[in-house]
Order: sequence, then structure tokens, then C-alpha cells
Amino acid sequence: MVNYIIRRLFGGAIMLFAVSIATFLIFFGLPRLAGATPESFAARYVGPRATAEVQAQAAEKLGLNDPLYEQYGRWVKAIFVGADYDYGPAVEHCPAPCFGYSFITKRPVFDDLLDRLPVTASLALGAAVIWLLAGVATGVLSALRRGSLFDRFAMGTALAGVSLPIFFTGTLALSIFSYGRPFDWTARGSSYTPITEDPGMWAYNLILPWITLAFLYAAAYARNTRAGMLETMGEDYIRTARAKGLRERTVVVKHGLRGALTPIITIFGLDLGLLLGGAVLTETTFSLQGIGKFTIEAINKGDFPRIMGVTMLAAFFIVIANLVVDLLYAVVDPRVRLS
Amino acid sequence: MATPVDTSVSEVRTDAAPAKAIEGRSLGRIAWSRLKRDKVAMTGGVVVLLLIVMAIFAPFIVKLLGHPPNEFHQDTALLDPSLGNLPRGDFLFFTNSGISGDFLFGLEPLNGRDLFSRVVYGAQISLLIAFLATVLSVLIGATLGVIAGFFGGWVDTLISRAMDLFLAFPLLVFAMAIVGVLPDTAFGLSGNGLRIAMLIFVIGFFNWPYVARIVRGQALSLREREFIDAARSLGARGPYIVFREMLPNLIAPILIYTTLTIPTNVLFEAGLSFLGVGIQAPTASWGGMLGKATEYYNVPHFMFFPGMAIFVTVLAFNLFGDGLRDALDPKGRR
Repeated sequence: MVNYIIRRLFGGAIMLFAVSIATFLIFFGLPRLAGATPESFAARYVGPRATAEVQAQAAEKLGLNDPLYEQYGRWVKAIFVGADYDYGPAVEHCPAPCFGYSFITKRPVFDDLLDRLPVTASLALGAAVIWLLAGVATGVLSALRRGSLFDRFAMGTALAGVSLPIFFTGTLALSIFSYGRPFDWTARGSSYTPITEDPGMWAYNLILPWITLAFLYAAAYARNTRAGMLETMGEDYIRTARAKGLRERTVVVKHGLRGALTPIITIFGLDLGLLLGGAVLTETTFSLQGIGKFTIEAINKGDFPRIMGVTMLAAFFIVIANLVVDLLYAVVDPRVRLS
Repeated sequence: MATPVDTSVSEVRTDAAPAKAIEGRSLGRIAWSRLKRDKVAMTGGVVVLLLIVMAIFAPFIVKLLGHPPNEFHQDTALLDPSLGNLPRGDFLFFTNSGISGDFLFGLEPLNGRDLFSRVVYGAQISLLIAFLATVLSVLIGATLGVIAGFFGGWVDTLISRAMDLFLAFPLLVFAMAIVGVLPDTAFGLSGNGLRIAMLIFVIGFFNWPYVARIVRGQALSLREREFIDAARSLGARGPYIVFREMLPNLIAPILIYTTLTIPTNVLFEAGLSFLGVGIQAPTASWGGMLGKATEYYNVPHFMFFPGMAIFVTVLAFNLFGDGLRDALDPKGRR
């Protein structure tokens, strides 16, 4: 078991390494093919109105003239020991772990990410609890009462749910519930209170984003759970369990649901990992200043250090989620043995 | 999952009319007769066809029922300057929508473009990108998947690791970044032509591992089947077996996957355009319209019609795709 975890952690590290190289090549290598020069990169730091001479100097000082692999090496080194960015007018210090320094926000990327993470985490975790409970419960009930009115209604709603984009349901929900068409119940866009400040306000402000986001996921989970339950309930071991005279409730929960849950855990881990790396669409719809909004800002400004940082953070969450999922597998599904 | 197409035992239905000669039916014909009986799926299919027709004949439809999609209507008879140029006129609960026989879906606030023609034209962008991106990812994914599954060994390891790598990329962030940092002209294209090409490439190129994973799994089990052994013993080589023996048996999962990926890609393109990194105004795109609509929460029609267009399109494809899956794969009947 410990062996397995160590091996997986090692694999995860290699994966992050590969992602970082690919990301670096795309954002620092590709633009060169498209005609970007070290000077045009430096212009992002000293400003486009700086003289050509200043830009050339900054490019030299920041090492933008060096081969790509040296620049990449410096980028990796900064993560472990920090870095100083001397771009001419001043020297900016970026302490370890330094995932780059944004010359647009004048802050280390990592600090910015840490500031934004609580918003995204609040949104993602809150919604995850709702969609997991609602989705799995609906799926199980639908499967147990297959063909009933409830089943047909739930599956119809779920099919609509997986066909709706958050930026439509979100804007519609805001219009209906927050902007007085016709209700004025929930918080309007861009409302966020840290949980440490006022847990009540935190929940009040997030309730609409939570429900809207959770609805879309719950729809997919209900469909998957139902399909999984129908399959496991047809298995031989369910018949055996019933033949043993177990209560129906035990059969459904301990035998049926447990088998059906395995694939759900996989997608749950991946969905949550993806969301933590930035719920871009939801945050934009509700104007929440999380990682996703941060990404959009970085992209609109062409701020490569920030884009690099956020890609790495998102990849980190995906790798971790994969690992946790595989470990949970062994806990939930007795057929899985890790080695 | 997939029944081999070239199986020698034809599936003959026993309830066939006695007068008719009993004949073997291909898997495709069996699936088609099943699909025809599935009313919900057929409805989805018909809506999909209508949407395609709408996209192709957008100029004619707009000529008949609307105004040119980029034409401004800033007449004070249509827009109310005292309300910040919101359209005049209510329709049901669509207050300040300007819905009338002349403007079927009302007007855009501020510049007063005809929302109906923009929604109709939006179908062109949406379907074009979704179709071509899907074709691209299915081509790459199916080819690599079948190669990995058939050859196994280091080829499989290499392709599988590449899939893991692609799946570890935050796709949306990446797509946004690549499309967002695009220069104005590249590869001899410019403006929205370049953006459309780029969107197709990014969405298609980063989605291939999903189809590759499915095809690889299928290919792994097909490889052990007798008819592959038979082909081998007749002296067939790798490429022949892969493309002539295995690929035909993978058509069903690939077809199902394709129909279910198109709606995902419709949502993807709409998402990027909503975020402002996809198709740029004045070219009409559903996502772009929704992005604009978030500035006007007090005029619901502005978000309703483009949003419903996305919803209907995605739902229709999903219904049809679900039906197709049930028809092609009777074991997976839900």
C-alpha cells in the first residue's frame, strides 16, 4: 500500500513535470515561431511605450535572449529557491515557491493564487456536496422505481440538466432570483464574504452559484448512478444477498450502491479536481473573484507568468484528484486491490 | 459491446411476416429499425436536421423573417433613450424586448440588432465548429486508439501515457490561453476566420484522448477474437487487420461517441465565446450573445433566446445520441 502510494506520487510528479514543459513550450516557444522576439516579451514587463533600447536591456537582464531550456531551468529553480527579477528600473523579489512573477499585477503569481483559492474552493466544495447528495440519491431512487412517474420526471430533468450550460442557467437564475425578475431573494453578482468573516453571509452569497452549478452536475450524476445501480442490481451477488435473507435496505445500500459508486467516485474526483483549478464559467457568470476569473484576466492581459502558474495549479489538482480517486477505489470496492 | 459486423450467423427475427422471404439483416439495418421505433430519439434527430437546414439556409430565412444580422436599428421609435436605449415594447414576461412581427425575438439593447437573425446565424458558427472539431478528435482518437489496442507493448504504453498527459491538462484554461493570445493574422488567415480555425483545432486536438480511450479498450478485446486469428492465419498483416478487420467493428462505438461529442463541443465553443475568447462580435455566436446579455439582467429576452438555442441544439443531439446508443448496443438498454 505504502509502496503503491509512493509510486503514484512519483508518477504524479513526472506528470506535472511533463505538463510544465508542454505549457512552457506553448507559451514561450510557440510565440517565437509566430514572430515574437525577446524584446516583445520584455515589452510586457517594461511597457509597450518604453524605447527599443530599454526593452532590449530588459530582455537581456531577464534572460529572455537565452535558449528556451535555460529559461525553463530558471523557472523550475525559482519554484524551489525563489528568484529575483531585475528588469531594469527595479528588482522584484519572488520568494519560494515562486511560480513566476507578474509584472502586470506586480506580485508573485503564487501569492495571487493563494488569495483567490478560497473563493474557488468555497464554490467548488459547496456545490460538490449538493450535487453528490442530490445526484446519487435521485439516481438510486430512479433505479429502484424504474419506469415510475418519479423516474421519468427525474430522468427528463436530468437530460435537460446535462444539456444546459452554466452561463445560461446562471444568468437566468440571477435575473429571476436576484435582479427582481420577479424575485429579489438571493445575492447579486460579485458578492462574496470569506467564511472566516461571517459564515452566514458566506453561505447566503454562495447559495445561488452553488445550486446552479450543482444542478448541472447532479443531472449527470443522477444519470450515471441510475445506470450503475440498474447494472449492479442485476448482478448475481445481489440475488445471493437477497437469498441470504438480508433486509432489502441492506441489499440496496451495502451491496448495490457500493458497487455502483465506484465509477461515480472516479468522475467525482476528476470533476472536483477540475473545478478547483478554476471554475472559469461559473465564476465569470457570478462575477466571483476566484482562480477562474484570475485566469481570464491573465489571458486578456497576455500575462504569461500568470497563465503558466494557473495551468500548473490546475494540473496539480487534477493529478492529486486522480491519486485520491485510486486510493478511494480500494476502500469502496472490495474487488480492487492495490499493488 | 460491439457485435462483429462480419459474423456469419445473421440475426433473423422470428416474428417476421411469413409471406416475406427470410433474409439476414445487417447490424446497421437492425439498429435503424430499432432507432425508428424510438420516438424520442427520432424527434432529436429531426430537430438536429432542422438545425442543420437552418444553418445552411440562414441567409434565406433571415431575408424572409428578419433583418440583416449586423444591421443597427437605433431609431428612438424602437429603442428608449430614457432607459439607456433598451428596446420599447413588452411581450409576455419579456419586458423591454421589442418583440413584434417585425422582430420575432426582439432587439438587442443599445445597438438594436435583430436578435432573431443573430440567433439563426449563430447556428452556422456553432454547428460548423462543433462538427469539424468532433471530426478532428475522432480521427486522431480512433486511429491512435486502435493502434494502441492492436499493437500493445511499447506502442500502447506510449499512446496511453500521452493520453494521461492530455487528460491532465486543464482543457478550458488551455483553450482560452491559446485562443486568447492569438495574433491578428496567422497561417494566411485573419479575424474570425482564423479564430474559427483555431477553435476547431484546439477543441478537436485536446479532446482526442476521450475517444482514444474508448476505442483502445474495444480494440484490446477485439484483438483476442477468433476472426482476427483467422485473418492472421490467412496471412494478413497489421495494417490490413487494423483497418479492414477491426475498424468496421469499432464503427458503432465511434458513431455513438461522435454524436455525443458534438453537443459537448457546442457547449465548449459557446463557453469560449461567452468568455470573450472565442468568436468576436459582430459575428453572431450564441455564447457571445449570452456574454453580452450578462450586462442586461433587466431584459431577460436577450439571454433567453441564444440560451434556448444552445439548449435545444445540445438536447436534440443528446436525445439522438442516447437513442443511437440504445439502438446499436442492445445490451446497454437502460
